[in-house]
Amino acid sequence: MKPPPSPVPKPLGLGAIMLAVLRREIALAMRQKGEVLTPLVFFIVIASLFPLGVGPESALLLRMAPGVLWVSALLAAMLSLQRMFASDYADGSLEQMLLSSTPLALLVAAKALSHFLLSGLPLVLVAPVLGLQFGLDGPALGILMLSLLLGTPTLSLIGSIGASLTLGVRGAGVLLSLLILPLYIPVLIFGAGAVEAYASGLGSGGHLSLLAALLVLALFFAPLATTAALKISLE
Amino acid sequence: MLCGLSPIESGDILWNGQSIRMRRGSFQRDLSYLGHLNGLQESMTVQENLAFATALRGHAPDVKAVAATLARFGVGGRGGQLVRHLSQGQKRRVALARLSLSPARLWVLDEPFVAMDDSGISMLSDLIAGHLAQGGITVLTSHQRVDIGQVPAQILELRA
Repeated sequence: MKPPPSPVPKPLGLGAIMLAVLRREIALAMRQKGEVLTPLVFFIVIASLFPLGVGPESALLLRMAPGVLWVSALLAAMLSLQRMFASDYADGSLEQMLLSSTPLALLVAAKALSHFLLSGLPLVLVAPVLGLQFGLDGPALGILMLSLLLGTPTLSLIGSIGASLTLGVRGAGVLLSLLILPLYIPVLIFGAGAVEAYASGLGSGGHLSLLAALLVLALFFAPLATTAALKISLE
Repeated sequence: MLCGLSPIESGDILWNGQSIRMRRGSFQRDLSYLGHLNGLQESMTVQENLAFATALRGHAPDVKAVAATLARFGVGGRGGQLVRHLSQGQKRRVALARLSLSPARLWVLDEPFVAMDDSGISMLSDLIAGHLAQGGITVLTSHQRVDIGQVPAQILELRA
């Protein structure tokens, strides 16, 4: 067998590599639509159970709405975390990524971003419909969406740390939620707080700024922590 | 351990005179690894897998080269198929195609002859011989002794 003529490869920038990862993740998700829809349906069902359980008292529902919607979103976003690395771990793709010349933190960031696009963003888009169910008015719905838009990427980023730490562990799902839920508390407080603050006339600017600050913080530290965890998991 | 996946207990590994722990990036650019796992995403097609592998190396995928290489390994008609629909041996051949597409100088192969028929084995040893002839380095582990062309090989027998 003759060796092939060595190809002259065109170099790709880091952005293009990130884009390739994103495109891959989204193509994979589109082939398993159920995996994208499950968290979304879960979110809708959980948030809809509360009015049924608590009763139709509109003042109470309105008071509860931000907290309930945010907790439901939190649980829904967690539902799909485990899959972030699991299949790539099982078939060795993750090994190849770790050994590639692309910085792993970049690949991790792209994976977290695609997790947000596939499981966080749909929640943001559905949230106003559920908010109406609780009697939130127009501007409050806007604040709710904005807080989710700032908060769910943080959830994906923090979640990637948990997903990588529990790779290959038996009963990873439960362990993952125990590890990650406490870390989600600040996001929950400021996310739900933003909507409540608006409702009580205080203005939600402060809460939203803090949410954005959390996002920036997670954007910087989470990929590094996840990278370290992945290296431990693959040893 | 040689690839830097596991920590080194004692001593150090040098590549081009520099410790691979300090210069990970430049070492991994020169490294191509094939282990027990094929490293192919089951829910993607063969072509998508190879294109992604090239992108990970920081190069734009070349569809023609991919198709030609697949044909060379006897899996030419499988490019559009999902990896999960291939047999073990075919998956292995696709993994070898990825190896031969990579411009890396150092190949680390962990038992590459597993799940291979005779033609696959001769194909792989030809591939390795070609790589060596071009000035590449191959480190492999195997349970059999395999003839790899006319190249003098250093064989280290490990006994438990």
